[in-house]
Amino acid sequence: MSDRRDGTPEDALAAEDAADGSAGTDADPSPDGGHAAAAPSTHTVRLELVDEPGQLLAALHPIADNGGNLLSIYHERGNKTPRGRIPVEVDFEATSERFEEIVDALRSEGVNVMQAGTERYAEEVTILLFGHLIDTDLSDTLSRIEACESASVADVSLAAPQGTEEVSSARLRLEARAGETDAALATVRDLAADKGLRVVEPLAGVDA
Amino acid sequence: MRLAVIGAGAVGRSVVELAGEYGHEVVAVADSSSAVVADGAGAPGGGDAVGVDPDAVVARKAERGIVGDDDPADALAADYDVLVEATPTTLDDAEPGFSHVTTALERDRHAVLANKGPVAERFGDLRAAVDDSEGAIRFEATVGGAIPAVSTVEDIEPGHVTAVRGVLNGTANFILTRMAAEGLDYDHVLAEAQDLGVAEADPSFDVDGTDAALKCVILANVLSFGAADDPADAREFTLDDADVEGIRDVPGSALRLAAEDGRTVRLIGEATGETVRVAPRLVPENGTLAVSGTQNIVQIETTHAGRLNISGRGAGGPETASAVLGDVGRLE
Repeated sequence: MSDRRDGTPEDALAAEDAADGSAGTDADPSPDGGHAAAAPSTHTVRLELVDEPGQLLAALHPIADNGGNLLSIYHERGNKTPRGRIPVEVDFEATSERFEEIVDALRSEGVNVMQAGTERYAEEVTILLFGHLIDTDLSDTLSRIEACESASVADVSLAAPQGTEEVSSARLRLEARAGETDAALATVRDLAADKGLRVVEPLAGVDA
Repeated sequence: MRLAVIGAGAVGRSVVELAGEYGHEVVAVADSSSAVVADGAGAPGGGDAVGVDPDAVVARKAERGIVGDDDPADALAADYDVLVEATPTTLDDAEPGFSHVTTALERDRHAVLANKGPVAERFGDLRAAVDDSEGAIRFEATVGGAIPAVSTVEDIEPGHVTAVRGVLNGTANFILTRMAAEGLDYDHVLAEAQDLGVAEADPSFDVDGTDAALKCVILANVLSFGAADDPADAREFTLDDADVEGIRDVPGSALRLAAEDGRTVRLIGEATGETVRVAPRLVPENGTLAVSGTQNIVQIETTHAGRLNISGRGAGGPETASAVLGDVGRLE
């Protein structure tokens, strides 16, 4: 069910892209003065799309609109991510500066970027936190986890059955960079120790 | 084999009752204040001694709180082949269990332990005593009750085992299982467990993770010493080396949040040749490690044989006695 196409798959998008001029090739000596010195290189982003019509096109626009030259799209329709979404791998050419803008644009459009270049957010880890979560400023706790470079907080569920002043629990889903799950968990452990909270970690590397 | 059973709790009594079935003879039994020594077994070379009557020992213990009219020291001095150390686990110097075992080794007799203290807290001292003796020690019953954890690791060879983990405390597992199933809080389920006899009046040893940690420390010692080319270089573990968190504070709401996500919480112990850690951990709700009730499971990670799982009863008199008697059989 895969659909790998090399070359420029979306003519309209590619044309727009070429007009933007950032895809500098020998035949196209980069008329965009601001990026003249930066040679474009090939980047791969791995996206997670909801299985609905139009989602793929919606995800490609931020790439083309921000000067990315689409090279290939690998749409893994038969394969779903743990959240039931469809993984899509997109290769495009862009300068490194444009690349950052493209990733930001994708995220601001609500597209989940699982991997961008060497940055992978593919490792998901679920943890529980319990203790005086609310008294110890839950939003500060979450932003301190976000501030660590290894992971971001993808999802939070809170249960405070006895009110905000008693012990409550939270389930956090973290997206960690490849190989940095341990570092992310260490951050959470330190933070929890700091605030007198307890962490229930998953058994890493044990799927059964 | 002729057995001297030291300790007349649930495990010691079951060993006394079941030894005959395994082809062994109990020649002495002691508890903390009394003993019974079979006629003739007190004298040197008492090879013709007839064993003690198991039923009479168990009846005296139940009715009068003593096992016999002899002195505990007489049992230690009796003419046995294997000393079974089944006194309650003690920490730090692990006495009096440690001395019971070394007394046997000094007499070139074997010792089989159900008492975790000496193996967890003084493994190096025990090994030194074994090196000076014709006798050997075995301690299968100290980890996972009926589950053959230690002998399986030995069969695979510790150098080919990268980690051993699992659920090693039935009381804590019962409490977590009931909390998740019934949506009840810790205190409520603990009271229920105490009524059922699953938890002791003072449950600290179980719910604070100490018991599971001792078992993991023992496994870490088996892995560390077993894998070392020279045992003198092996790292010795004690309870102080374990990173231990219990389940006492785990709120019901945490288990509910876990269940919403297809997970649950289990008190998991992990041992490698370098680390020992016991903590409540998130595991898949229907996964291998999420055993329910008082069940235990040991999961062994190997270099060439993949992952092995052995689950079963981690406590109980006859269950633990079967591990003790299995060890006695290996010493023949």
